[in-house]
Amino acid sequence: MSMDLYRELILEHYQYPRNMGDLKDPDIHHHDKNPLCGDQVGIGVKLDENKVVDIKFRGQGCAISQASTSILTEKAKGMTVEQLKALTKDDIQEWLGVPLSPTRLKCALLPLTVLQAGIYKKEEENPS
Amino acid sequence: MTLDIHRIRQDFPILDQKIHGNTLVYLDNAATSQKPNSVIQAITEYYSKYNANIHRGVHKLSEDATLMYEESRQKIQRFIGAKKSQEIVFVRNTTEAINLVAFTWGQQHIKAGDEILLTEMEHHSNMVPWQILAQDKGASLRYLPISPEGELIVDDLDVLLTEKTRLLAITQMSNVLGTINPIKEIVNKAHSIGAKVLVDGAQSVPHMPVDVQELNCDFLAFSGHKMLGPTGIGVLYAKEEILQEMPPYQGGGDMIRDVTWEASTWNDLPWKFEAGTPNIADVIGLGRAVDYLNALGMEQVLAYEHELAKYAINQLEDIEGLTIYGPMDKPRGGLISFTLDGIHPHDIASILDQQGIAIRAGHHCAQPLTEKLGAIATARASFYIYTTKDEINQLCDSILLAKKVFHL
Ligand SMILES: Cc1ncc(COP(=O)(O)O)c(C=O)c1O
Repeated sequence: MSMDLYRELILEHYQYPRNMGDLKDPDIHHHDKNPLCGDQVGIGVKLDENKVVDIKFRGQGCAISQASTSILTEKAKGMTVEQLKALTKDDIQEWLGVPLSPTRLKCALLPLTVLQAGIYKKEEENPS
Repeated sequence: MTLDIHRIRQDFPILDQKIHGNTLVYLDNAATSQKPNSVIQAITEYYSKYNANIHRGVHKLSEDATLMYEESRQKIQRFIGAKKSQEIVFVRNTTEAINLVAFTWGQQHIKAGDEILLTEMEHHSNMVPWQILAQDKGASLRYLPISPEGELIVDDLDVLLTEKTRLLAITQMSNVLGTINPIKEIVNKAHSIGAKVLVDGAQSVPHMPVDVQELNCDFLAFSGHKMLGPTGIGVLYAKEEILQEMPPYQGGGDMIRDVTWEASTWNDLPWKFEAGTPNIADVIGLGRAVDYLNALGMEQVLAYEHELAKYAINQLEDIEGLTIYGPMDKPRGGLISFTLDGIHPHDIASILDQQGIAIRAGHHCAQPLTEKLGAIATARASFYIYTTKDEINQLCDSILLAKKVFHL
């Protein structure tokens, strides 16, 4: 029997999420959901010299989407905005370390989509 | 006579396969049912022996195809107890049947200030077309509420049905709660104030006897794919006098009597509503599905599903942390929506999938209802004539396994 999808890393992040909470005056903030299943994620980011100094999230949904968010927030710390923009589904898959079906991949990618949409929203508001 | 489930299963080739190394347990019948050999063969036979366009040719193949197509209509007429076969209009699915009514009858009869009454347990396909129509016309939508047990509060009709109510659109069986609604009583109340009634039969027609003359509903919509038939074919039933009055839905070939450069006159019922070449193969397939269900008997089908639902509730109730939605001690449709503390429905569905068990997770196209139930999503196991009690046992075992995977 293969329960690879629920390897310990994912369960651990789901049951004990990192960086859950709210940020005061975030530089980047965005919230969205997967209309198909209702998974929700909101992410706030604090920047200093274009680098992530703090990041927090709130979310509701399946283990894959919530663990993926928790892991993303851990990895994002210290990254530049350009590095965040360059992240792809391959990075998420590598971090999660499990094979994902197309439907479950959508769950896993929700936080990255939200984070990058937040960055683009900010860039549109204040074009540099 | 009870159903011989073992024999029935042999008619469904899809059931004989392994998923992730385990024998398929298909418990997603409320989404779509599987198809028996006879239906699959009917479609193959049409394409390999008498494929031709209908109502147009004088050649043999076209005559054969027309005959089979119209014979299917009569089978469906008898299946739902309609007075005439002219009252059976072929569409793509339940959704299209409801949209057809909204865009023809609705456009004609709904005016600013009118009310359309729905219920809190409607599928999106029996909400959104009415939202579009109401916004367009300046009409408003009202909702008949449900009780905490997941049943309609029928008494509230006395308040909600007013002289402004033009239409009541209501499901006969909830695809989330399994509740079976007292349609006949509700139709009577609606008619007494002059409102028409559309019944969403997507979940009821496949699983219980439905007789439109007994219900006295004005419209009935259902889908072939949920009742052993192919995808892409559905039915709109409407009373003849209503269909006569309704403007056409789409213009084109087949639906006209006379066409001049300037204008056209409409064909007789039901062809007035079937513009263009229809889905001939799947109409014939649906006719064969109706034959299959008739041979079993819809009373037997309903009785067996009541039994399965009761058995499943008894088994599932014992699982700690599991919440079942819908009526618990009344006969209900063969589907159970549930949530499990600490595991999201998607994760339950993924773990069950690894065991070869197919269920559905999400809001089941009833987002406001799911939220009212206090859930963001639910898991749903739904049964049909080939579901066994042993499969329900496997469902329970796999839910226990899911709890183990999640250290619960
Ligand atoms: C109660 C109910 N109404 C309507 C529908 C829509 O059916 P279809 O998608 O075949 O149009 C469904 C099925 O999904 C349903 O369960």
